[in-house]
Amino acid sequence: MDTLSPPTADAVELDLSAVGLRETNRLLHHPEELAGTTVTISYPRGAHSVAAGLDAPLMITVTGHVGYYAAGMNQQATITIDGNCGPGVAENMMSGLVRVRGNASQSAGATAHGGLLIIDGDAGARCGISMKGVDIVVGGNVGHSSAFMAQAGRLVVRGDAGDGLGDSIYEAQLYVRGRVASLGADCVSKEMGPEQLTELAGLLEAAGYDDDPADYSRYGSARRLYHFHTDNADAY
Amino acid sequence: MCGIVGLHLRDPGLYPRLGELLAGMLVEMAERGADSAGVAVYGDPGWSPPGRVGVCLLDVGLPPERVAAAVGDHLGSAVVAEQLDATTLLHAPVDPQRLLEAATTAFPDVLVGGFGSDVTVLKGVGHPDDLVARYRLRSAQGWQGVGHTRMATESAVTAGGCHPYSVGPDQCLVHNGSFANHATIRRELIADGIRFDSDNDTEVGARFVARALADGLTLEAALKSLCATFDGFYTLLVSSADSFAVVRDAIACKPAVIAETDDWVAMASEYRALVGLPGIEHATIFEPEPEVVYAWTR
Repeated sequence: MDTLSPPTADAVELDLSAVGLRETNRLLHHPEELAGTTVTISYPRGAHSVAAGLDAPLMITVTGHVGYYAAGMNQQATITIDGNCGPGVAENMMSGLVRVRGNASQSAGATAHGGLLIIDGDAGARCGISMKGVDIVVGGNVGHSSAFMAQAGRLVVRGDAGDGLGDSIYEAQLYVRGRVASLGADCVSKEMGPEQLTELAGLLEAAGYDDDPADYSRYGSARRLYHFHTDNADAY
Repeated sequence: MCGIVGLHLRDPGLYPRLGELLAGMLVEMAERGADSAGVAVYGDPGWSPPGRVGVCLLDVGLPPERVAAAVGDHLGSAVVAEQLDATTLLHAPVDPQRLLEAATTAFPDVLVGGFGSDVTVLKGVGHPDDLVARYRLRSAQGWQGVGHTRMATESAVTAGGCHPYSVGPDQCLVHNGSFANHATIRRELIADGIRFDSDNDTEVGARFVARALADGLTLEAALKSLCATFDGFYTLLVSSADSFAVVRDAIACKPAVIAETDDWVAMASEYRALVGLPGIEHATIFEPEPEVVYAWTR
Protein backbone atom coordinates (compact mmCIF):
# COMPACT_ATOMS: atom_id res chain seq x y z
CA MET A 1 0.00 0.00 0.00
CA ASP A 2 1.23 3.47 -0.80
CA THR A 3 0.66 5.76 2.12
CA LEU A 4 1.30 8.84 0.03
CA SER A 5 -1.32 10.73 -1.91
CA PRO A 6 -0.77 10.94 -5.66
CA PRO A 7 1.62 13.76 -6.65
CA THR A 8 -0.16 17.03 -7.11
CA ALA A 9 0.51 20.03 -9.25
CA ASP A 10 2.00 21.83 -6.28
CA ALA A 11 4.75 19.22 -5.75
CA VAL A 12 8.18 20.55 -4.80
CA GLU A 13 11.54 18.87 -5.35
CA LEU A 14 14.52 19.64 -3.14
CA ASP A 15 17.88 18.25 -4.28
CA LEU A 16 19.64 17.84 -0.96
CA SER A 17 23.09 17.78 -2.57
CA ALA A 18 22.43 21.22 -4.10
CA VAL A 19 20.12 22.89 -1.57
CA GLY A 20 22.02 21.61 1.47
CA LEU A 21 20.73 19.97 4.62
CA ARG A 22 20.23 23.08 6.75
CA GLU A 23 18.35 24.97 4.06
CA THR A 24 16.24 21.91 3.22
CA ASN A 25 15.22 21.45 6.84
CA ARG A 26 14.69 25.20 7.28
CA LEU A 27 12.24 25.19 4.35
CA LEU A 28 10.43 22.16 5.78
CA HIS A 29 10.17 23.99 9.10
CA HIS A 30 8.62 26.97 7.28
CA PRO A 31 6.16 25.29 4.91
CA GLU A 32 4.65 28.68 4.06
CA GLU A 33 7.82 29.26 2.00
CA LEU A 34 7.25 26.09 -0.01
CA ALA A 35 5.19 26.14 -3.19
CA GLY A 36 3.31 23.03 -2.12
CA THR A 37 2.76 20.44 0.55
CA THR A 38 4.07 17.46 -1.40
CA VAL A 39 7.88 17.44 -1.27
CA THR A 40 10.47 15.12 -2.80
CA ILE A 41 13.95 15.23 -1.29
CA SER A 42 16.48 13.75 -3.71
CA TYR A 43 20.17 12.82 -3.40
CA PRO A 44 20.25 12.45 0.40
CA ARG A 45 23.53 10.46 0.11
CA GLY A 46 23.37 9.19 3.67
CA ALA A 47 22.99 12.64 5.27
CA HIS A 48 21.96 12.88 8.91
CA SER A 49 18.80 14.51 10.30
CA VAL A 50 16.98 14.65 6.96
CA ALA A 51 13.44 16.01 7.48
CA ALA A 52 13.89 16.16 11.25
CA GLY A 53 11.80 18.33 13.53
CA LEU A 54 8.83 18.89 11.20
CA ASP A 55 5.49 20.14 12.52
CA ALA A 56 3.17 20.45 9.51
CA PRO A 57 0.96 18.09 7.47
CA LEU A 58 3.50 17.79 4.65
CA MET A 59 3.78 14.73 2.38
CA ILE A 60 7.49 14.03 1.96
CA THR A 61 9.34 11.38 -0.02
CA VAL A 62 13.09 10.99 0.39
CA THR A 63 14.58 9.14 -2.60
CA GLY A 64 17.70 7.36 -1.36
CA HIS A 65 19.47 6.22 1.79
CA VAL A 66 19.69 8.50 4.82
CA GLY A 67 21.94 8.62 7.89
CA TYR A 68 21.15 9.18 11.55
CA TYR A 69 17.89 10.56 12.99
CA ALA A 70 15.92 10.89 9.76
CA ALA A 71 12.39 12.19 10.42
CA GLY A 72 13.28 12.59 14.08
CA MET A 73 10.80 14.39 16.36
CA ASN A 74 8.22 14.30 13.59
CA GLN A 75 4.81 15.90 14.16
CA GLN A 76 1.99 15.69 11.62
CA ALA A 77 4.10 15.02 8.52
CA THR A 78 3.90 11.87 6.38
CA ILE A 79 7.47 10.97 5.44
CA THR A 80 8.43 8.08 3.15
CA ILE A 81 12.08 7.14 2.89
CA ASP A 82 12.68 5.21 -0.30
CA GLY A 83 15.91 3.63 0.93
CA ASN A 84 17.69 2.51 4.10
CA CYS A 85 18.05 4.52 7.31
CA GLY A 86 20.89 4.90 9.78
CA PRO A 87 20.36 4.86 13.55
CA GLY A 88 17.39 6.55 15.21
CA VAL A 89 14.87 6.97 12.40
CA ALA A 90 11.74 8.75 13.70
CA GLU A 91 13.29 8.99 17.16
CA ASN A 92 10.99 10.83 19.54
CA MET A 93 8.22 11.10 16.92
CA MET A 94 5.09 12.72 18.37
CA SER A 95 2.58 12.19 15.54
CA GLY A 96 2.39 11.63 11.79
CA LEU A 97 3.63 8.70 9.75
CA VAL A 98 7.11 7.61 8.76
CA ARG A 99 7.61 4.76 6.31
CA VAL A 100 11.00 3.26 5.47
CA ARG A 101 10.93 1.20 2.29
CA GLY A 102 14.31 -0.39 3.00
CA ASN A 103 16.03 -1.43 6.23
CA ALA A 104 16.51 0.66 9.36
CA SER A 105 19.56 0.61 11.62
CA GLN A 106 19.49 0.51 15.40
CA SER A 107 17.15 2.43 17.70
CA ALA A 108 14.38 2.97 15.16
CA GLY A 109 11.49 4.85 16.78
CA ALA A 110 13.44 5.37 20.03
CA THR A 111 11.44 7.17 22.74
CA ALA A 112 8.69 8.03 20.24
CA HIS A 113 5.44 9.20 21.83
CA GLY A 114 3.01 8.87 18.94
CA GLY A 115 2.43 8.41 15.25
CA LEU A 116 3.07 5.32 13.12
CA LEU A 117 6.50 4.08 12.03
CA ILE A 118 6.52 1.44 9.29
CA ILE A 119 9.75 -0.28 8.25
CA ASP A 120 9.18 -2.53 5.25
CA GLY A 121 12.57 -4.23 5.60
CA ASP A 122 14.45 -5.24 8.74
CA ALA A 123 15.11 -3.07 11.77
CA GLY A 124 18.38 -3.42 13.67
CA ALA A 125 19.00 -3.66 17.40
CA ARG A 126 16.96 -1.74 19.95
CA CYS A 127 13.98 -1.05 17.70
CA GLY A 128 11.40 0.85 19.78
CA ILE A 129 13.76 1.34 22.72
CA SER A 130 11.95 3.29 25.45
CA MET A 131 8.92 3.72 23.16
CA LYS A 132 6.30 5.91 24.82
CA GLY A 133 3.18 5.54 22.71
CA VAL A 134 4.31 5.12 19.11
CA ASP A 135 3.05 2.31 16.90
CA ILE A 136 5.80 0.50 15.00
CA VAL A 137 5.23 -2.10 12.28
CA VAL A 138 8.32 -3.89 10.95
CA GLY A 139 7.96 -5.88 7.74
CA GLY A 140 11.02 -8.05 8.41
CA ASN A 141 13.03 -8.86 11.54
CA VAL A 142 14.07 -6.77 14.52
CA GLY A 143 17.45 -7.02 16.24
CA HIS A 144 18.31 -7.66 19.86
CA SER A 145 16.95 -5.61 22.77
CA SER A 146 13.98 -4.34 20.81
CA ALA A 147 11.29 -2.61 22.90
CA PHE A 148 13.85 -2.29 25.72
CA MET A 149 12.21 -0.38 28.58
CA ALA A 150 9.12 0.18 26.43
CA GLN A 151 6.52 2.25 28.24
CA ALA A 152 3.55 2.52 25.88
CA GLY A 153 2.57 1.86 22.28
CA ARG A 154 2.52 -1.19 20.02
CA LEU A 155 5.34 -2.99 18.20
CA VAL A 156 4.43 -5.41 15.41
CA VAL A 157 7.14 -7.63 13.91
CA ARG A 158 6.22 -9.63 10.81
CA GLY A 159 9.48 -11.60 10.95
CA ASP A 160 11.69 -12.71 13.85
CA ALA A 161 12.84 -10.85 16.95
CA GLY A 162 16.40 -11.00 18.30
CA ASP A 163 17.55 -11.71 21.85
CA GLY A 164 16.13 -9.89 24.84
CA LEU A 165 12.83 -8.75 23.33
CA GLY A 166 11.04 -6.35 25.67
CA ASP A 167 13.74 -6.36 28.33
CA SER A 168 12.67 -4.35 31.40
CA ILE A 169 9.41 -3.47 29.68
CA TYR A 170 6.97 -1.30 31.65
CA GLU A 171 3.98 -1.59 29.31
CA ALA A 172 3.43 -1.64 25.51
CA GLN A 173 2.03 -4.45 23.38
CA LEU A 174 4.43 -6.56 21.36
CA TYR A 175 3.20 -8.76 18.49
CA VAL A 176 5.63 -11.09 16.68
CA ARG A 177 4.74 -13.43 13.82
CA GLY A 178 8.06 -15.27 13.66
CA ARG A 179 10.51 -16.65 16.16
CA VAL A 180 11.66 -14.76 19.25
CA ALA A 181 15.31 -15.60 20.02
CA SER A 182 14.72 -14.85 23.71
CA LEU A 183 12.59 -12.64 25.92
CA GLY A 184 14.19 -10.02 28.13
CA ALA A 185 13.70 -9.57 31.87
CA ASP A 186 10.04 -9.23 32.87
CA CYS A 187 8.74 -9.72 29.32
CA VAL A 188 6.36 -12.66 29.02
CA SER A 189 4.15 -14.35 26.46
CA LYS A 190 0.53 -13.29 26.82
CA GLU A 191 -2.76 -14.61 25.60
CA MET A 192 -4.07 -13.24 22.32
CA GLY A 193 -7.73 -12.36 22.95
CA PRO A 194 -10.34 -10.91 20.60
CA GLU A 195 -9.40 -7.39 21.70
CA GLN A 196 -5.76 -7.94 20.74
CA LEU A 197 -6.66 -9.60 17.43
CA THR A 198 -8.74 -6.55 16.54
CA GLU A 199 -5.99 -4.18 17.62
CA LEU A 200 -3.37 -6.05 15.60
CA ALA A 201 -5.62 -6.24 12.53
CA GLY A 202 -5.98 -2.47 12.67
CA LEU A 203 -2.21 -1.93 12.90
CA LEU A 204 -1.50 -4.30 10.00
CA GLU A 205 -4.15 -2.62 7.89
CA ALA A 206 -2.75 0.83 8.68
CA ALA A 207 0.67 -0.39 7.55
CA GLY A 208 -0.71 -1.97 4.38
CA TYR A 209 -0.16 -5.64 5.26
CA ASP A 210 -2.86 -8.28 4.99
CA ASP A 211 -1.41 -10.92 7.35
CA ASP A 212 -3.72 -13.04 9.47
CA PRO A 213 -3.47 -11.66 13.03
CA ALA A 214 -3.97 -15.20 14.32
CA ASP A 215 -0.46 -16.06 13.06
CA TYR A 216 1.05 -13.69 15.64
CA SER A 217 2.05 -14.17 19.26
CA ARG A 218 1.66 -11.50 21.87
CA TYR A 219 4.21 -10.44 24.51
CA GLY A 220 4.11 -7.86 27.26
CA SER A 221 5.07 -6.90 30.76
CA ALA A 222 4.82 -9.32 33.68
CA ARG A 223 4.90 -6.20 35.90
CA ARG A 224 7.24 -7.85 38.37
CA LEU A 225 9.83 -5.08 38.19
CA TYR A 226 7.44 -2.27 39.07
CA HIS A 227 8.00 -2.45 42.81
CA PHE A 228 10.64 -3.71 45.17
CA HIS A 229 9.63 -7.13 46.42
CA THR A 230 10.88 -8.19 49.81
CA ASP A 231 11.47 -11.76 48.57
CA ASN A 232 14.19 -10.31 46.32
CA ALA A 233 16.05 -8.58 49.15
CA ASP A 234 18.88 -11.14 49.00
CA ALA A 235 19.67 -10.01 45.47
CA TYR A 236 20.71 -6.52 46.66
CA MET B 1 33.39 9.16 17.69
CA CYS B 2 35.90 7.18 15.71
CA GLY B 3 35.15 6.40 12.10
CA ILE B 4 36.20 3.32 10.16
CA VAL B 5 36.44 2.77 6.43
CA GLY B 6 37.74 -0.15 4.43
CA LEU B 7 37.76 -1.23 0.82
CA HIS B 8 38.67 -4.67 -0.54
CA LEU B 9 38.77 -4.63 -4.34
CA ARG B 10 37.81 -7.65 -6.40
CA ASP B 11 38.10 -6.00 -9.81
CA PRO B 12 41.78 -5.39 -10.70
CA GLY B 13 40.55 -2.64 -13.02
CA LEU B 14 39.85 -0.59 -9.89
CA TYR B 15 43.33 -1.03 -8.34
CA PRO B 16 44.62 2.26 -9.82
CA ARG B 17 41.72 4.05 -8.06
CA LEU B 18 42.14 2.57 -4.57
CA GLY B 19 43.69 5.68 -3.03
CA GLU B 20 41.17 8.04 -4.54
CA LEU B 21 38.23 5.91 -3.38
CA LEU B 22 39.67 5.34 0.10
CA ALA B 23 40.43 9.06 0.50
CA GLY B 24 36.84 9.94 -0.36
CA MET B 25 35.58 7.47 2.22
CA LEU B 26 37.95 8.70 4.93
CA VAL B 27 37.14 12.38 4.46
CA GLU B 28 33.40 11.62 4.81
CA MET B 29 34.10 10.33 8.32
CA ALA B 30 35.85 13.54 9.42
CA GLU B 31 32.55 14.93 10.77
CA ARG B 32 32.58 12.28 13.48
CA GLY B 33 35.07 14.53 15.27
CA ALA B 34 38.52 13.40 14.15
CA ASP B 35 41.68 14.50 15.96
CA SER B 36 43.89 12.20 13.88
CA ALA B 37 43.62 9.75 11.03
CA GLY B 38 45.55 6.85 9.61
CA VAL B 39 45.41 4.56 6.61
CA ALA B 40 46.87 1.29 5.43
CA VAL B 41 47.25 0.61 1.73
CA TYR B 42 47.92 -2.89 0.40
CA GLY B 43 49.78 -3.34 -2.86
CA ASP B 44 50.81 0.14 -3.98
CA PRO B 45 53.52 -0.52 -6.60
CA GLY B 46 55.55 2.51 -5.50
CA TRP B 47 55.25 2.14 -1.74
CA SER B 48 55.46 -1.68 -1.74
CA PRO B 49 57.31 -2.63 -4.94
CA PRO B 50 56.98 -6.29 -5.92
CA GLY B 51 59.79 -8.42 -4.53
CA ARG B 52 60.61 -5.94 -1.76
CA VAL B 53 59.36 -5.68 1.80
CA GLY B 54 58.57 -2.52 3.69
CA VAL B 55 58.81 -1.03 7.16
CA CYS B 56 57.04 2.21 8.16
CA LEU B 57 58.74 4.27 10.89
CA LEU B 58 56.99 7.15 12.65
CA ASP B 59 58.58 10.49 13.57
CA VAL B 60 62.21 9.45 13.05
CA GLY B 61 63.31 13.10 12.85
CA LEU B 62 66.01 12.52 10.21
CA PRO B 63 66.02 12.95 6.41
CA PRO B 64 64.97 9.72 4.64
CA GLU B 65 68.37 9.17 3.02
CA ARG B 66 70.06 9.19 6.43
CA VAL B 67 67.45 6.76 7.77
CA ALA B 68 68.03 4.50 4.74
CA ALA B 69 71.82 4.62 5.25
CA ALA B 70 71.56 3.81 8.97
CA VAL B 71 69.20 0.87 8.41
CA GLY B 72 71.23 -0.28 5.42
CA ASP B 73 74.36 -0.43 7.60
CA HIS B 74 72.63 -2.84 9.98
CA LEU B 75 71.07 -4.86 7.17
CA GLY B 76 74.29 -5.10 5.19
CA SER B 77 72.59 -4.12 1.93
CA ALA B 78 70.96 -1.08 0.35
CA VAL B 79 67.65 0.26 1.61
CA VAL B 80 65.39 2.75 -0.18
CA ALA B 81 63.55 5.36 1.91
CA GLU B 82 60.76 7.81 1.20
CA GLN B 83 59.20 10.39 3.51
CA LEU B 84 55.40 10.75 3.64
CA ASP B 85 54.35 13.24 6.30
CA ALA B 86 55.49 11.81 9.68
CA THR B 87 56.21 8.36 8.25
CA THR B 88 59.47 7.14 6.74
CA LEU B 89 58.83 4.24 4.35
CA LEU B 90 61.72 1.84 3.96
CA HIS B 91 61.94 -1.02 1.53
CA ALA B 92 64.48 -3.63 0.56
CA PRO B 93 64.49 -7.05 -1.20
CA VAL B 94 64.90 -9.11 1.99
CA ASP B 95 62.86 -11.06 4.52
CA PRO B 96 60.38 -8.72 6.34
CA GLN B 97 61.65 -9.76 9.77
CA ARG B 98 65.26 -8.95 8.79
CA LEU B 99 64.37 -5.45 7.62
CA LEU B 100 62.29 -4.91 10.76
CA GLU B 101 65.20 -6.01 12.97
CA ALA B 102 67.62 -3.75 11.12
CA ALA B 103 65.24 -0.79 11.46
CA THR B 104 64.55 -1.33 15.16
CA THR B 105 68.24 -1.89 15.85
CA ALA B 106 69.19 1.34 14.07
CA PHE B 107 66.34 3.27 15.71
CA PRO B 108 65.40 1.44 18.93
CA ASP B 109 63.23 4.30 20.23
CA VAL B 110 61.29 4.90 17.04
CA LEU B 111 57.77 3.62 16.64
CA VAL B 112 57.11 1.06 13.88
CA GLY B 113 53.83 1.97 12.18
CA GLY B 114 53.66 -1.23 10.17
CA PHE B 115 55.66 -3.75 8.19
CA GLY B 116 55.23 -6.51 5.65
CA SER B 117 55.56 -7.36 2.00
CA ASP B 118 52.45 -5.55 0.85
CA VAL B 119 51.26 -2.98 3.37
CA THR B 120 52.04 0.69 3.89
CA VAL B 121 50.75 2.29 7.10
CA LEU B 122 50.51 6.07 7.41
CA LYS B 123 49.46 7.81 10.63
CA GLY B 124 49.25 11.38 11.76
CA VAL B 125 47.55 14.02 13.89
CA GLY B 126 45.33 16.56 12.19
CA HIS B 127 42.23 16.90 10.03
CA PRO B 128 41.63 13.98 7.64
CA ASP B 129 41.41 16.43 4.71
CA ASP B 130 44.95 17.66 5.41
CA LEU B 131 46.29 14.20 6.20
CA VAL B 132 44.97 12.75 2.93
CA ALA B 133 46.96 15.43 1.08
CA ARG B 134 50.08 14.95 3.21
CA TYR B 135 49.92 11.17 2.65
CA ARG B 136 49.39 11.74 -1.12
CA LEU B 137 46.68 9.12 -0.64
CA ARG B 138 44.59 10.04 -3.68
CA SER B 139 47.31 8.82 -6.06
CA ALA B 140 47.90 5.55 -4.20
CA GLN B 141 47.04 2.26 -5.87
CA GLY B 142 46.43 -1.22 -4.56
CA TRP B 143 43.95 -4.00 -3.90
CA GLN B 144 42.89 -3.22 -0.35
CA GLY B 145 42.87 -0.28 2.03
CA VAL B 146 41.64 0.59 5.50
CA GLY B 147 41.32 3.93 7.22
CA HIS B 148 40.40 5.36 10.58
CA THR B 149 39.44 8.77 11.91
CA ARG B 150 40.10 8.92 15.62
CA MET B 151 38.33 10.82 18.37
CA ALA B 152 40.49 9.87 21.33
CA THR B 153 38.77 8.96 24.59
CA GLU B 154 41.29 6.93 26.53
CA SER B 155 44.87 7.75 25.52
CA ALA B 156 46.91 10.61 24.09
CA VAL B 157 46.35 12.24 20.71
CA THR B 158 49.62 11.30 19.03
CA ALA B 159 50.63 9.57 15.82
CA GLY B 160 51.39 6.54 18.04
CA GLY B 161 47.82 6.52 19.38
CA CYS B 162 46.43 6.74 15.87
CA HIS B 163 45.03 3.68 14.09
CA PRO B 164 45.57 1.39 12.16
CA TYR B 165 47.50 -0.77 14.59
CA SER B 166 49.77 -2.89 12.49
CA VAL B 167 51.76 -5.15 14.81
CA GLY B 168 52.11 -8.31 12.76
CA PRO B 169 53.32 -8.75 9.15
CA ASP B 170 50.82 -7.17 6.74
CA GLN B 171 48.20 -7.03 9.52
CA CYS B 172 46.09 -4.05 10.46
CA LEU B 173 43.37 -3.48 13.00
CA VAL B 174 41.15 -0.41 13.34
CA HIS B 175 38.62 0.03 16.12
CA ASN B 176 35.61 2.14 16.97
CA GLY B 177 34.75 1.79 20.64
CA SER B 178 36.62 1.07 23.83
CA PHE B 179 37.79 -2.14 25.45
CA ALA B 180 36.91 -2.34 29.15
CA ASN B 181 39.36 -5.05 30.25
CA HIS B 182 42.34 -4.11 28.10
CA ALA B 183 44.63 -3.49 31.09
CA THR B 184 44.16 -7.06 32.34
CA ILE B 185 44.77 -8.55 28.90
CA ARG B 186 47.76 -6.24 28.39
CA ARG B 187 49.35 -7.55 31.59
CA GLU B 188 48.80 -11.13 30.46
CA LEU B 189 50.33 -10.45 27.05
CA ILE B 190 53.31 -8.63 28.64
CA ALA B 191 53.80 -11.64 30.94
CA ASP B 192 54.00 -13.74 27.76
CA GLY B 193 56.81 -11.51 26.49
CA ILE B 194 54.83 -9.26 24.14
CA ARG B 195 55.98 -5.61 23.93
CA PHE B 196 53.67 -2.62 23.59
CA ASP B 197 54.28 0.74 21.92
CA SER B 198 51.45 2.76 23.46
CA ASP B 199 48.88 2.91 26.27
CA ASN B 200 46.10 2.54 23.71
CA ASP B 201 43.39 -0.08 24.29
CA THR B 202 43.22 -0.88 20.59
CA GLU B 203 46.87 -1.90 20.53
CA VAL B 204 45.95 -4.65 23.02
CA GLY B 205 43.36 -5.96 20.55
CA ALA B 206 45.88 -5.81 17.70
CA ARG B 207 48.60 -7.61 19.73
CA PHE B 208 46.05 -10.24 20.79
CA VAL B 209 45.03 -10.91 17.17
CA ALA B 210 48.65 -10.91 15.99
CA ARG B 211 49.56 -13.53 18.58
CA ALA B 212 46.56 -15.67 17.62
CA LEU B 213 47.53 -15.50 13.93
CA ALA B 214 51.16 -16.30 14.81
CA ASP B 215 49.84 -19.33 16.72
CA GLY B 216 48.26 -20.53 13.49
CA LEU B 217 44.64 -19.48 13.98
CA THR B 218 42.67 -18.25 10.98
CA LEU B 219 41.59 -14.62 11.03
CA GLU B 220 38.03 -15.75 11.75
CA ALA B 221 39.11 -17.94 14.67
CA ALA B 222 41.33 -15.16 16.02
CA LEU B 223 38.40 -12.74 16.05
CA LYS B 224 36.12 -15.32 17.69
CA SER B 225 38.75 -15.66 20.39
CA LEU B 226 38.87 -11.87 20.75
CA CYS B 227 35.07 -11.77 21.25
CA ALA B 228 35.36 -14.38 23.98
CA THR B 229 38.20 -12.56 25.76
CA PHE B 230 37.54 -8.84 25.38
CA ASP B 231 34.84 -6.90 27.17
CA GLY B 232 33.63 -3.52 25.99
CA PHE B 233 32.35 -1.85 22.88
CA TYR B 234 33.88 -2.47 19.52
CA THR B 235 33.41 -2.52 15.83
CA LEU B 236 36.65 -3.84 14.36
CA LEU B 237 37.97 -3.99 10.83
CA VAL B 238 40.94 -6.33 10.59
CA SER B 239 43.00 -6.88 7.46
CA SER B 240 45.84 -9.23 6.62
CA ALA B 241 47.99 -10.22 3.66
CA ASP B 242 44.97 -11.75 1.93
CA SER B 243 41.89 -11.02 4.04
CA PHE B 244 39.47 -8.40 5.23
CA ALA B 245 37.21 -9.03 8.23
CA VAL B 246 34.63 -7.21 10.33
CA VAL B 247 33.34 -8.05 13.80
CA ARG B 248 31.17 -6.22 16.37
CA ASP B 249 30.64 -6.81 20.07
CA ALA B 250 27.48 -8.41 21.46
CA ILE B 251 25.77 -5.08 22.14
CA ALA B 252 26.67 -3.73 18.69
CA CYS B 253 26.11 -0.06 19.51
CA LYS B 254 29.10 1.07 17.46
CA PRO B 255 27.85 1.51 13.92
CA ALA B 256 28.89 -0.51 10.88
CA VAL B 257 27.62 -0.84 7.34
CA ILE B 258 28.89 -3.33 4.77
CA ALA B 259 28.31 -2.98 1.04
CA GLU B 260 29.22 -5.60 -1.51
CA THR B 261 29.27 -5.80 -5.29
CA ASP B 262 30.98 -8.13 -7.74
CA ASP B 263 33.79 -5.56 -7.95
CA TRP B 264 34.44 -4.76 -4.28
CA VAL B 265 33.54 -5.18 -0.61
CA ALA B 266 33.44 -2.05 1.51
CA MET B 267 32.83 -1.35 5.16
CA ALA B 268 32.28 1.95 6.94
CA SER B 269 30.90 3.38 10.15
CA GLU B 270 28.23 5.17 8.15
CA TYR B 271 26.62 4.70 4.77
CA ARG B 272 27.60 8.19 3.64
CA ALA B 273 31.23 7.08 3.45
CA LEU B 274 30.21 4.61 0.73
CA VAL B 275 28.22 6.86 -1.59
CA GLY B 276 31.20 7.66 -3.84
CA LEU B 277 32.00 4.03 -4.65
CA PRO B 278 31.35 2.96 -8.24
CA GLY B 279 28.14 0.95 -8.48
CA ILE B 280 27.01 1.68 -4.91
CA GLU B 281 23.44 2.08 -6.18
CA HIS B 282 23.37 -1.64 -7.01
CA ALA B 283 25.36 -2.88 -3.99
CA THR B 284 24.06 -5.32 -1.41
CA ILE B 285 24.03 -3.26 1.78
CA PHE B 286 23.67 -4.70 5.27
CA GLU B 287 24.63 -4.21 8.90
CA PRO B 288 26.87 -6.87 10.44
CA GLU B 289 25.24 -8.89 13.20
CA PRO B 290 26.75 -8.84 16.70
CA GLU B 291 29.60 -11.31 17.34
CA VAL B 292 29.47 -12.68 13.79
CA VAL B 293 32.78 -12.59 11.94
CA TYR B 294 32.46 -11.46 8.33
CA ALA B 295 35.58 -12.24 6.35
CA TRP B 296 36.56 -11.98 2.71
CA THR B 297 39.69 -13.50 1.26
CA ARG B 298 41.47 -12.54 -1.89
